[in-house]
Formats: sequence, C-alpha cells, structure tokens
Amino acid sequence: MKVWLSQHWHALIRAFRQLIAAPVSSILSIVVFGVVLSLPAGIFLLLENLRDISGQTTESLQLSILLETEASQADIESVNARLEQIPTIEGFQFISKEIALQQLQQESELAEVMRNLEQNPLPDAFVVNLGHMTADEIERLRITMLDWPKIAHVLVDTDWARKLDAMLDLGKLVVIMMTGLFGATLIIVIFNTIRLQILTRRDEIELSRLIGATDSYIRRPFLYFGTIQGVTGAILAWLILAAGIYQLNESLLEVARLYATTLELDHLSWQDSLILLAFSGGMGWFGARWSVARHLSHIDDG
Amino acid sequence: MISFKHVNKRYPSGFEALKDITFSVTPGELVFFTGHSGAGKSTLLKLIAAIERPTSGNVLVGQQRVSALKRGAIPYLRRSLGMIFQEQKILHDRNVFANVMLPLQVIGADTRTASSRVRAALDKVGLLSKEKADPITLSGGERQRLCIARAVVHRPTILIADEPTASLDTGYARDIMAVFESFHQVGVTILIATHDRTLLDVTRHRVLELNQGKLVA
Repeated sequence: MKVWLSQHWHALIRAFRQLIAAPVSSILSIVVFGVVLSLPAGIFLLLENLRDISGQTTESLQLSILLETEASQADIESVNARLEQIPTIEGFQFISKEIALQQLQQESELAEVMRNLEQNPLPDAFVVNLGHMTADEIERLRITMLDWPKIAHVLVDTDWARKLDAMLDLGKLVVIMMTGLFGATLIIVIFNTIRLQILTRRDEIELSRLIGATDSYIRRPFLYFGTIQGVTGAILAWLILAAGIYQLNESLLEVARLYATTLELDHLSWQDSLILLAFSGGMGWFGARWSVARHLSHIDDG
Repeated sequence: MISFKHVNKRYPSGFEALKDITFSVTPGELVFFTGHSGAGKSTLLKLIAAIERPTSGNVLVGQQRVSALKRGAIPYLRRSLGMIFQEQKILHDRNVFANVMLPLQVIGADTRTASSRVRAALDKVGLLSKEKADPITLSGGERQRLCIARAVVHRPTILIADEPTASLDTGYARDIMAVFESFHQVGVTILIATHDRTLLDVTRHRVLELNQGKLVA
C-alpha cells in the first residue's frame, strides 16, 4: 500500500513537472478546455436560470372560476368546499357578482357603460392562487374544475409557460449535443498533447522499461497529466461563467430597478460544479488513456 | 544460476543471431562473452533480460524460464537485474543523482532509503562529488560509472554489461573493470560482453567466445 501510494505520489509530481516544463502549451491546452467547456455550461446555466424565472412566474399564476349566472348560494358553498379540499393550491378568494360589478363601475374604463346596465351581467367568481404548479398540473386542475356543477368557465393562461417549457427542453437537448461534441474535442486535444509528450520522453520510457517499470508505472504520469489539465480547464470554465454571471447581473440590476422588481442570475450549484469538474477531469483522463494505449505500444524496449 | 539450453535466435529479417547456444553460469561468477561485431553477444544478453525472445530453446534465470515469461512478469525479472548498455542511455533532463535514483523510483522505494542508496552507489563508483552535476558535463568514463551506479543501486543479484568499456581509453577501461571486480567480490553474478582484447588478455575469469552466432570456446 505504501509503495503504491509512493508511486502515485511520484507520478503526480512528474505530471506537474511536465505541466511546468512546457508552460505555454500547458496554458493553451487549459484555456482550450476552459473556453470549450464554458460554452455548453454557460447555455445550461442560462436555461436553468430561465427555468427558475419561469417557475417563479407560474408560482404567481391565478386561476379564475366563473360560475353560471343562475348559480345559487348552495352551489357557491359547494365550490368553496371543493376548493378547500385541494392541498396544492395556495389559497382562494370568493368575489360575488355584486362586488365585481362595483369594482368595474369604480375602476374600469367601462364604468359609464356598467352604470347604465339594467341587469348585472357578471357571474359569481372564485380567484384561486395556484402556488408552485407545472403547466400540466394547472391544465389538469382546470379540466377537473370544469366538471364541477354550475361552473361556466375556468380561466388561466398557461400556454406561454407550456411553450417556454418546450423551448427549455429543446435547449437542454442542444446542451447535451454540444457537450458530446465538445467532449470529443477535448479528448482529441488531450490525445494529441499526450502523443507529443510521449514522443519527447521516448528515451525515458525506453529506459524505464529496461529497468523494470511496469506499463501502469509508465502510464500513470500521463493519466495524471490529462486529468490535471481537464480539472484545471473546468476550474477556468467555472471562473469564466462566474465573470459572465457577474457582468449580466450588473446589467440586470438596472433593468430590474426600472421595473421595480428583483432579477438575479444564479451561478452553477455546487452539485453542477462537481459534475463539471468530474466531466472535464474524466475527458482528460480518457484522452490520456487512449493516447497512451495507442502510442506506448509503438515504443519497444530499445 | 543462468542457463541457456539449445537456444536459437532468428530475427524477422532472417538473420540468425544465435545458433544452438548451451552454457550455464553459476551464482557469483564473472563471465566474459567475446567475439567480433555481429557475433551475437548483445543478443545473448538481451535474451537474459527478455528484451528479445529466443526462437527456440530455453533461457533460465534463477528459477524463471525467461523464454516463456508472460509480458506482465518481465518488469519483475528486470528488477532483479542490473543492466549497463553500450549506448549508455543517460537522461539529460536531470542530474546525476536523479539518473541513479530512477530504478528505485520504479520499485517505489521510500525517498529517505532511496537517497542513501543512491549516495552509496555513487560513492562506490567514485561519483559522489558529482551527484548534482549535469550528465553532459561528465567525461566518457564518468558517464559509464554513472550507468554502473544506476545498474547496482537497487542491489541486483545479476549484472549484465554490453561493451561497458567501448569508446573508453585504457585507463578508464581499467577503472571500470575494477568497479566490476568489486561487485564480483561481494557475490554479484556478472556477465560482460566485450571485444576489448586488453581486458580479456589479463582476466582470470571465464571467457566464452561467439563466432557467427555459435559458441566456439
């Protein structure tokens, strides 16, 4: 165990030495990793923020239940009782046809017209605060309510939320495709970097084999090298995103102030940050492993 | 114990480097292999270290049948050997100390033990004062002594040297041989391939001569 740890420690040191020995190419590789990763990660981040914003908006959605004009007090109480039994809604308020008419006569641009009506044309209504519900859940609730007795209409606008959800799902697919494409690019970058490393260290590899180094001993520093580049690239991508989010939030602050609201984009969660690190490190490791397997076999024992 | 039994080696080009070689070396013995260029001396040493495989016949090193050794077992065989190559194979991106340290890193020796062993090996070959030197600044004889230090630092039981005195003048060659003699005196088995007559004429050790791949004496 001690020997195994010692060999890993030396391999790690050798990998860092290789990075330092060629600073320009190392930095360039890390920058390529960082920039390439920041693109899909940035789009993913924007989508997540959009989803949050759309979630906040649907949380403030209200649903209006309009009763038939001939609905009786018993019908109103029946609807009231049914609404009380739905745990997913945040609350509701009854607005009688008389109060609705009064409000229209006082506030609406149609006040004059409403005052001259012989009969109150408005129905009794309930306004329901929906809380955190998806567009599908809201639609199911609307259809259920339509089956209740003496219900004329159930009004809610979830079309835009549905369209946004579809767009976000499409965006997610684009992120997955981009991640696959860019992941392949990163593997190729590391593959080539390790190929050059093997060529420049050919003498050392030959000698190491002659003095009893196993294949895993020879492979190890290259695998560490690839993984370090991947992980460092992910850290750079994270920093690029942090800088981007900071800049966007500065601009959004102005916009939000104009509309007297708060609007702020979040950075990657720590779970997503860990996934980014693991993905990039994994790509680095895989690229290195592939390159080493392919190129070490071409170096014989001298 | 090193033993060759009816060993033949033919390269893919068709060149027959060794033909029906049979001999054995007892533990602690110092043996010279001589012969003209292309006689098969280097090939013979390569077979011991499993750098090459025989076309037929058996090569035994200790209890191991080298000719049938699996690829994964070869590094462990080589760790029991010390090898000195004709082309020296020194790494110029590190100093003398780091070059000698390499075999100990491969076996995962701890740093403190490894450092003291490296210094002991360098002291043995008279290079301790140059442990921090860049190998490029060493003379030919010093470089060969560096290679010997690297070959013995992990305390192998068998030392094989391919033309260790080639390209060295007589004085340096004598120094190198004195180093080999000192290892021989502590029981290390040593096989040296050389065509340096000045060494062979004065030696009291066994000399095996190869001619066109055959053992002739």
